Amino acid sequence: MSTTTPLERDFAVSAGLVQPKLPRGAGLLVAVLALGVSGLLALLLGWNPVGGLVLAAVLFVIGFPLWSALLEGRRSAVDRLATSLVCLAFGVVLVPLVWLIWMVVSKGLSAISIQFLTYDMRGALAHGGGIYHALIGTLLVTLAATIISVPIGIFAAIYLVEYGKGNRLARVTTFLVDVMTGIPSIVAGLFALALLVLIFGPAIRIGFGGSIALSLLMIPTVVRSTEEMLRLVPSDLREASYALGVPKWRTISKMVVPTAIGGIVTGVVLAISRVIGETAPLLIVAGNTDSLNWNLFNGRMMTLPVYIFQQYSSPGVLPAGEVGDPPGYARAWGAALVLIVIVMLLNLGARIIGKIFAPPTDRRR
Amino acid sequence: MAKSIDISDLDIYYGDFKAVEGVNMTIRARAVTAFIGPSGCGKSTFLRALNRMHEVIPGARVEGKVMVSGQSLYEPGVDPVAVRRQIGMVFQRPNPFPTMSIYDNVLAGNRLNSKKIKKAEADAIVEKSLRSANLWTEVKDRLNKPGMGLSGGQQQRLCIARAIAVEPQVLLMDEPCSALDPISTSAIEDLIHELKADYTIVIVTHNMQQAARVSDDTGFFNLKAAGQPGHLVEFNPTNKMFTNPDEESTEAYISGRFG
Repeated sequence: MSTTTPLERDFAVSAGLVQPKLPRGAGLLVAVLALGVSGLLALLLGWNPVGGLVLAAVLFVIGFPLWSALLEGRRSAVDRLATSLVCLAFGVVLVPLVWLIWMVVSKGLSAISIQFLTYDMRGALAHGGGIYHALIGTLLVTLAATIISVPIGIFAAIYLVEYGKGNRLARVTTFLVDVMTGIPSIVAGLFALALLVLIFGPAIRIGFGGSIALSLLMIPTVVRSTEEMLRLVPSDLREASYALGVPKWRTISKMVVPTAIGGIVTGVVLAISRVIGETAPLLIVAGNTDSLNWNLFNGRMMTLPVYIFQQYSSPGVLPAGEVGDPPGYARAWGAALVLIVIVMLLNLGARIIGKIFAPPTDRRR
Repeated sequence: MAKSIDISDLDIYYGDFKAVEGVNMTIRARAVTAFIGPSGCGKSTFLRALNRMHEVIPGARVEGKVMVSGQSLYEPGVDPVAVRRQIGMVFQRPNPFPTMSIYDNVLAGNRLNSKKIKKAEADAIVEKSLRSANLWTEVKDRLNKPGMGLSGGQQQRLCIARAIAVEPQVLLMDEPCSALDPISTSAIEDLIHELKADYTIVIVTHNMQQAARVSDDTGFFNLKAAGQPGHLVEFNPTNKMFTNPDEESTEAYISGRFG
């Protein structure tokens, strides 16, 4: 089949089966050309590199489909245009992400040390001090928020999927959950503060208040993700279980929830990583302190986001004779890096847990 | 332990829609009863009404009587869960529990109900059920592998094993072979023949030859017109049904001259 007679080739051409095609690596060639031209222009006209890159992208998106239109015809040109736009969008999305991580790592890494992770800010002036109190505070406040919201969220989702089935209460609940997904976090903080003030009197600041505010933000996320996961469990399986004479509550607790548990755990962890970086509500309810506090129910409690905010807004001054940024800036970057690492570990954990709990099947993947 | 079922004047509704109308029949114990008829004529709905599975669908309700050995299923105070423990069901598509191994799938009916069973007893139930379902030799070396890893025909036989592991008195089968190849189908038909000795079996099928091969009695369901409720046209011994049916429409349907 490797050799074709001239006659066969003529037939293929005349039937429109064979058409001219851009050489392999044409895209790369156009990209290099576009970069070269715009780089030259940028150099000659003294633009900054970002302008050059934008020009290169525009040149590529115009030039590549144009070449294809001339050689290959309209359908291929449209295909190449769409492909280049999609790739460009992907690149644009990647820019802020990579940039952000690069900034935080490059500025924060130098601040990280054993001392930074194990000391609080008591008595720290220009140098020294650390995030130990904020780290413990964040972990405790978020843990308490998780303990409050996970049972409420999962049970609410079970009601919505298994028992509600479109009755009025379920519809109202779904609507309110959707509304709650969008409440500004500062409102959640004010609500928690108002609640605490009603119970304990004015000027109350405790870590548990922060947990209440965060759980208000977490519950809707947990409900929504659990709901989606439970809906994914095929109704065939529920029927199979009912047909074995299994009561509804056992069907749910032993069959439906275990089948969906991987997704539910992932949803919970993602909800945690969403609220762990909340600043405003914690600033209002949990307060702001320099010292370590293990007690959620007594006294102010520092958290990482509030720590970052505080170090940035009142960074302190360097001792006379030293030059550079105020000392608080480095601490803020370091704390930001630690926070990002925690969120990243949570996300990795969610993926691993999702894999472990996913129903074992030979057919998947 | 097999039981007969008497149905009198049974109407089945989904909300306001009447799906099945005025069914009267007697399903004999230790026999295979087949239901045939065009799609949408209410065979499956009727089958599901026999163990109150249709109640899973919101708005479904039933008027009339279903008596199993003298006990009415729809009397107030009858627990649908208890009914389903006595009347098992196998579905059209194989649906083993994805989180469970083959072993656990067979024991699901016992385990999900938290019955305390000893290991030796559990092993015995698994082997007996899988042997009755003609699956033991194929899976005995991989009982701890997930049930979803089996082929479609094996999965369906696993579901049958799961259904008979709780020792029901009646086994309802809703087109159990429609998703299977001829070899698996014949394995399951052989199985139905063997199970007949101990169980009352009711099977819905679209395959006329299958109904003729496996059943002792056959019921033919039909619709008067689209949107009308389905009804039982004829209920007779399978031999008579396929050689000399009472109704003309039955003969038309069976011989393929229908609609």
